[in-house]
Amino acid sequence: MAEAATRKEEEQEKKVTPFQQFWKSFKKQKVSFAAGVFLLLLFIVAAIGPFIAPYGPQEYDYDNLLSGPSWQHLAGTDDFGRDIFSRILHGAWISLSVGLSSVFIGALLGTILGIISGYFGKWVDSAIMRVMDVLLAFPGMLLAIGIIAILGPGLFNVVMAVAIFSVPVFARIIRSSTLAIKSTLYVEATQSIGSSHFRVIMKHIFPGTVSTLIVYFTMRIGSAILIAAGLSFLGLGADPSTPEWGAMLSNGRDYLNNAPHVTFFPGLAIFLTVLAFNLLGDGLRDALDPKIRD
Amino acid sequence: MKEPLLQVDGLKKHFVSQKGFRKSSKQVVKAVDGVSFDINPGETFGLVGESGCGKSTTGRMIMQMLEATEGTITFDGERLDQLSGKALKKARKDFQMIFQDPYASLNPRMTVRDIIAEPLIVHEMETSNGIDRRVYELLDTVGLPRKVAERYPHEFSGGQRQRIGIARALAVKPKLIIADEPVSALDVSIQSQVLNLLKDLQDEFDLTYLFIAHDLSVVDFISDRIGVMYLGKLVEIGDRDSIIQNPQHPYTKALLSAVPVPDPRAKRERIVLEGDLPSPSNPPSGCPFHTRCPFAWDRCVNETPELQTAETTGHTAACHLLDEL
Repeated sequence: MAEAATRKEEEQEKKVTPFQQFWKSFKKQKVSFAAGVFLLLLFIVAAIGPFIAPYGPQEYDYDNLLSGPSWQHLAGTDDFGRDIFSRILHGAWISLSVGLSSVFIGALLGTILGIISGYFGKWVDSAIMRVMDVLLAFPGMLLAIGIIAILGPGLFNVVMAVAIFSVPVFARIIRSSTLAIKSTLYVEATQSIGSSHFRVIMKHIFPGTVSTLIVYFTMRIGSAILIAAGLSFLGLGADPSTPEWGAMLSNGRDYLNNAPHVTFFPGLAIFLTVLAFNLLGDGLRDALDPKIRD
Repeated sequence: MKEPLLQVDGLKKHFVSQKGFRKSSKQVVKAVDGVSFDINPGETFGLVGESGCGKSTTGRMIMQMLEATEGTITFDGERLDQLSGKALKKARKDFQMIFQDPYASLNPRMTVRDIIAEPLIVHEMETSNGIDRRVYELLDTVGLPRKVAERYPHEFSGGQRQRIGIARALAVKPKLIIADEPVSALDVSIQSQVLNLLKDLQDEFDLTYLFIAHDLSVVDFISDRIGVMYLGKLVEIGDRDSIIQNPQHPYTKALLSAVPVPDPRAKRERIVLEGDLPSPSNPPSGCPFHTRCPFAWDRCVNETPELQTAETTGHTAACHLLDEL
């Protein structure tokens, strides 16, 4: 009894904001915390990469064609003698911005559609979700290739393709959390007060979906980067000469036997980045979900 | 005689659920089946009945959270069931609800200030400076310290949360408050605090309550008049004293006999009801209570009793054996 009273007093003294609570439980997730730190460094590298890279992305060194890793070229050179380490640094910005912007567009549209679908229900729901089902019926890569076939190759079109194929995923997830929040008593309470639909959505439904949104946003960036790299590998995305990671993989595939480092290092960059985003997403989910937390 | 603030007449709510594809497999659940009562300004009308009898559904229909299948709801001279859009929103200002579950009825992501201020913002009643002042005023009224305004609901106990819920309901200065089992989720010691608060607020702000509960002792404490519901119908309605001291309907008698008396030596007759509440999707013929009534006879099975005034007490009950038991 006395213990409970002192605990209550303690709680009253230090006010814990929701963010502090999240931070406390996120820090406990060692692996995804490390992934977060890695991604933070990656973002810094992507921003300053062009300035710290020892060579330019199109700088040819004809004395060192397809040479292995050395102190001169940390990750070796490709068939034109371009420094692979420098190209990876330059490419980080491309991969991250393609991943981020495509998922952002997809999440934005998907969230709007998902909330409208879940909140209004009935025929609006059926109409939106059937279109999403059609998009989901295609395997992601195939859909992206199809969209590129319509829009034509290029990095911007890759962003659009990946965005379009992210929309149904977000629409589904956000619709289900909208349905859950819509049936809560506090939403009923605010409706009984006389709140408009817009107010209910903006003040109650959307804030409730944010934690789910953050988790899936993070996880989708990984797969978006993978798909974008895949499209570039197939020659549908970035111009083959740009230091995009997928395009670099594609360049190196002819020399896989005698110069595996040409494909290994860009592949490693893709692998680590995607893995880090997924691990971060996992940790965020555990930290943001009050049912798993503590 | 004052004009009643709320008049409910022949209110029905039938939920239709379809099982299978055939039209004939439709199932109709008569959650509320023809309920009528008046509530006068300034009084507390207690609605009692066991779980699933339709009392909360009645409250939700009055709140316009559910559409009535049939019947009229007249509030302050206006037909609520015919209002919509802006007119309904304007009318909503005068009736507010306190919910049963104080853990679920407050948005966990909003601060107490935002929760209490919400009705003020929705009804555009105050300027931004005025909102803060009003929130503090309301916190004072319900007996919570002002510093709690920046806290989140999970930091409070059930009783404190219910006070927040009450403050939210009071914010727009309503005339009628529908309290849907406001204390049934609380500890007994907290129940009396909240009930006393509700009573004080009634005196202070001239409130009218529709108080929904399953606990007769709570209803006895707070109500001026009581309506007893069973299986979607009102079976007895009248002044509190008359009903508590002189129940006419066998169901009310059974309910009253189940109220614990704080005297271990008290001798009393317990009427123990047999069986469960029949399903409202397949209600019994005649009097809905005949399956569990110790006094049931042929007429009860075949004929549905209407509410009629008992000669001995002056309040009404729906029983064929009125004045005979």
